[in-house]
Amino acid sequence: MTLLEVDGIHTSYGISDVLFDISVRVEAGESVGLLGRNGVGKSTTMRSIMGLTPPSQGSVSWKGQKVNGMPTSDIARLGVGFVPEDRRVFPDLTVWENLDIARRMHGDAEQWDEQRVYALFPELERFRDRRGGHLSGGQQQMLTIARSLMGNPELLLLDEPSEGLAPLVVDKLKEQIAALQAAGLSLVLAEQNLNFVLDLSDRVYILEKGEVKFEGTSDELRQSPELVSRYLSV
Amino acid sequence: MFDNPVLLFIQLMNGLSLGMNLFIISSGLTLILGVLRVLNFAHGAFFMLGGYVCFTLVGAFDMSPMGFWLAVIGSALALGALAWIIERLMLRHLYHRDHLYQLLFTYALVLLIGDLVKVGWGSSVLSVSFPPGLDGATNLGVAYYPSYRLLLCVIGVLVGLGLWYFVNRTRAGRLVRAARQDREMLESLGINVGRIYLWVFVAGSAIAGMGGALAAPAIALAPGMDAEIVVECFIIAIIGGLGSLGGAFLGSLILGLLNAFGVLLIPEFEIVLIYLMMVLVLLIRPWGLLGKPEAGYR
Ligand SMILES: Nc1ncnc2c1ncn2[C@@H]1O[C@H](COP(=O)(O)OP(=O)(O)O)[C@@H](O)[C@H]1O
Ligand SMILES: [Mg+2]
Repeated sequence: MTLLEVDGIHTSYGISDVLFDISVRVEAGESVGLLGRNGVGKSTTMRSIMGLTPPSQGSVSWKGQKVNGMPTSDIARLGVGFVPEDRRVFPDLTVWENLDIARRMHGDAEQWDEQRVYALFPELERFRDRRGGHLSGGQQQMLTIARSLMGNPELLLLDEPSEGLAPLVVDKLKEQIAALQAAGLSLVLAEQNLNFVLDLSDRVYILEKGEVKFEGTSDELRQSPELVSRYLSV
Repeated sequence: MFDNPVLLFIQLMNGLSLGMNLFIISSGLTLILGVLRVLNFAHGAFFMLGGYVCFTLVGAFDMSPMGFWLAVIGSALALGALAWIIERLMLRHLYHRDHLYQLLFTYALVLLIGDLVKVGWGSSVLSVSFPPGLDGATNLGVAYYPSYRLLLCVIGVLVGLGLWYFVNRTRAGRLVRAARQDREMLESLGINVGRIYLWVFVAGSAIAGMGGALAAPAIALAPGMDAEIVVECFIIAIIGGLGSLGGAFLGSLILGLLNAFGVLLIPEFEIVLIYLMMVLVLLIRPWGLLGKPEAGYR
């Protein structure tokens, strides 16, 4: 079953056009990578899916139902979790409060609750009464992911989760994301960190200047160093 | 006169009761300011309208011993309903606009409500009598003090405690705090933030209406009474910190006490002390005593 179908979207911020005809598809249980250098439109693609910057052309469909034009909160309630770049924890709310406000039942899969989230991110349990703004970058990243899980999404959009984290923390995060995949969650991973994406994704899209330049499996990309040097190396 | 402990005590009580009445009004303003980021000039007009609605309802409930308290509840409900209509029909279309539109809009409300009061209740001064049993004075040991003003102090503290509990200890309160910090992120978590804005505006306005009704027996109702109160509420918000409930409490106490003791120090110029206090706070902590610097200010 196709969960998410982004079909030929164009998106702009005011008068500056950013996305030109982006199409992305995610099947149930699949993990998809969005790759590309800084400023190519990865975040804008995710914001378009969430309805935060709605596309001006094209369509976004969830399980066959058109969702562009719907309010962001309604899109989230269909089962789409969004973990934006720069983390966006609620700084004045404690870890527990950040989790509590996102709590929502959805679907009939095994539901996420605090205990299950703490089992995946033990550090969060230790700091459950600490304010979000007082956590380290890695802990904030875990909290934003954990917070999305509390809404029991079927698909998680992760925008540059590894950005700015120490290598050891990135490795741990990779394991935790793999555990989410094992639990049946579908993922879209926007990243500049190629290995992070290759290790976690089934298929990848490479974006440049708001267009999809390559679409294929992770293995195909691994075997094409010319693609990597052309679109991804800095 | 400072060697007269009874007078000092009375002024202290006057300061506290004025402060607590100001707090009831400014808590609603600061809640709206903190969450919706709308400077609601009409908040004082809501306060005034609450007083007038109370006047009319007290007349309607004349026979009942609980009449006054029913009128207070009725005023809160009436102002909440008015706020609901204003938010749904107009204000919500202005959140994404420049602040100037919001200022113009709420200022238009001030003029509109001012005229409404003149048309509906006339221009002469009206008064509401004290609720039964509270028209006397209570012996506080040092001195007798008007019972109703004493009750205003207690109600102010109760409103403060109630709001504190709601904001910090309930899930709805946590959502309100989150909406204050990052609307977009909260939407992305599946929360309809527009509805939170609506209910904060309704609750803040209902509290203003209740404040007007509660103040009615202690003050004179007259058109134009909203101007002074809204200025005081903004000064309180500036001193305490925009959007901070604790700050509104502290700022209200400071204003009430400065007012009461300023009258003793420099009669007729006590307002100068209040402005000096505001300037002092702006110089030392521009974000207010209990506020936080806005992002970008740090
Ligand atoms: N709020 C905004 N207003 C105007 N332009 C923006 C805004 N956000 C991003 N852009 C522009 O849109 C383009 C794509 O940005 P983005 O989607 O953030 O790329 P990426 O996530 O791949 O780094 C960039 O050129 C960026 O400058
Ligand atoms: Mg980005």
